[in-house]
Amino acid sequence: MRFHDQLFQYIASGLTTGAIYALLAVGFVAIYKVTDVINFAQGESAMLGALLMVTLRGQMALSLVPAFVLTVVVVAVVGAALYRLALWPARNTPQVTTIIITVGASIVIRGLALVAWGTDSYPLAAFTPGRSLRLLSAVVPLQSLWVLGTTFISVAGLYLFFQHTRLGRAVRACAVNRLAAPLMGINQRRMATLTFALGSALGAVGGAVIAPITFATYDMGAMLGLKGMVAAMLGGMTSSPAAMAGGFLLGVLEAMGAGLISSGAKNAIAFAILLILLFFRPGGLTKIRLDAHSGL
Amino acid sequence: MTNLTCLTQRLLARYWGLGLFVLLLALLPVFVHSPYLLSIMIFIGLYTILTVGLCLLMGYAGQVSLGHNAFYGLGAYASAIATATYGLSPWLGIVISMLLTGGVAAVIARPIFKLKGHFLAMATLGLGCIFYILFNEASSLTGGPSGLTGVPYLSIGGWAFDRDVKYYYLVWGAAAVTLLASLNIVHSRIGRALRAIHGSEVAAQSMGADTARLKAQIFVVSCVYAGLAGSLYAHYLTFVNPSPFTLHFTLMLLVMAAVGGLATVWGAPFGAALVTLLTEVLRALVPRLLDHASGEHEIIVFGFLLMVIMIYMPQGVVQGLGELYTRWRKGGPLAARRGGRALPLLRRWLRVKG
Repeated sequence: MRFHDQLFQYIASGLTTGAIYALLAVGFVAIYKVTDVINFAQGESAMLGALLMVTLRGQMALSLVPAFVLTVVVVAVVGAALYRLALWPARNTPQVTTIIITVGASIVIRGLALVAWGTDSYPLAAFTPGRSLRLLSAVVPLQSLWVLGTTFISVAGLYLFFQHTRLGRAVRACAVNRLAAPLMGINQRRMATLTFALGSALGAVGGAVIAPITFATYDMGAMLGLKGMVAAMLGGMTSSPAAMAGGFLLGVLEAMGAGLISSGAKNAIAFAILLILLFFRPGGLTKIRLDAHSGL
Repeated sequence: MTNLTCLTQRLLARYWGLGLFVLLLALLPVFVHSPYLLSIMIFIGLYTILTVGLCLLMGYAGQVSLGHNAFYGLGAYASAIATATYGLSPWLGIVISMLLTGGVAAVIARPIFKLKGHFLAMATLGLGCIFYILFNEASSLTGGPSGLTGVPYLSIGGWAFDRDVKYYYLVWGAAAVTLLASLNIVHSRIGRALRAIHGSEVAAQSMGADTARLKAQIFVVSCVYAGLAGSLYAHYLTFVNPSPFTLHFTLMLLVMAAVGGLATVWGAPFGAALVTLLTEVLRALVPRLLDHASGEHEIIVFGFLLMVIMIYMPQGVVQGLGELYTRWRKGGPLAARRGGRALPLLRRWLRVKG
């Protein structure tokens, strides 16, 4: 295979995994802006999404759409419960405390998944059967199209919700000013819980669509979550479009690193990027600082 | 003369706890002979050294580290490579690993402590993951996933620390020294400055504390402890592989520190002991309760423990339960339970955030 053929292949597979990072990153940013919490348990929602999808499709033989919807709803409820039960009571504590609480939550969720599903890795059938496509000398599995399509649809849906509904505007108000929003009669607790539900739902969507490509295991969440975090950092933690771009960029860089350097270097790349970024450009890659008050 | 008695009294007041602690530990092997229990005690000693370091950093200076597995591993590998690969004396191995972890920490400290809160947590987490990958991938140096064997025992003259009883005294001796050093740090000018940073970095700075320098120093101390523990670990098992140095281990350390109370030195041995013993008990119990149990189910308990402690008793279990009890005696249990906000302890903790 010639070099640029390889390159296309890396880009294609990088964009697919990058889509998952993008979904998680958007969730991170939304939660961070509304609640000031970085949810270290975010990756676990992707893991839950993947494993629930496996159970609902495989063992319960539900068809695609109901299984998908049920998965996303269940994980959203888990996210909302996490905020309401563990983070709301500790909302006025220092950041160290909220960090440790979400870390604790991620351990609990992973442990419960271990009890429920064991240590096996589960395969999941692709959403639509069919042969892989050839695009510009790159082999693209059909599931990749599902991944990209679902990512764009869910993020666009989220955007429309935030921009054009009353509820969405209320959530944005909480992100802009946490003091003024309650004074305008917005129930901050409800909005923050809603944001956690939405963020977790995004993670679940990501986990559910990537499961046919990567298999589903109880411990897949930690790595996905960290990568999503790196993606959000690449975007500067303040804007969803930048976080999405960060996700795709990270996915492609990783695929190239794995292909061109060594597969062992794959994970190290993300963390090296994270450290370099934090040391030299803690505001993210984007030059123009997107206005912090433009909502989500 | 009066000065001398005064000094003795003050020393007694400060160190009677440590003296009692050392006495109890020194007597323990007289009653306990089981190698299994002694090896658990050795691990508790190692974790005590690590946890004290983490408490200094997190509880006193208020700086998160989720990357202590990196320095624990670095200490273990430095010692193993120096002794098994290059044939140096194990004692020199300990010194090398402490110097190396301290040096690495000093280099990293400046850039990493420009970050605060969540971003610091992420950066240290990334650091831990990178080192774990290094331990696995740099196989010419570290032996890769299968690890390094043939690490020698520590020995004085011809007398080797090759049995659990001997190593027990060695590890707890080291732990007692770290505890003593930490108590001194905490009760010194530096310790007070660190607590001021935890309270408010801006305020500490405006009072003339060189906060960047202090944070870097305490980070180095904390990492040197981790290096020491890692080195002792390597010479105890005489074998090192990457598996103990995962992110999971950092999380367990966090649980130990939180259980004992982040802002106490004495919480460290307590937290280390409680978590280690609980792990052993759960490992024995869980397979009986769940028939298909495989993997580390006990982590659920620790996750819950971590969350509950951080929400309701951020001062640690001992103090937290005590406070809850007095609250309950005075104002009824509901006040204490409602979001934990009625706890005066938590208020004090909050006020610090300003």
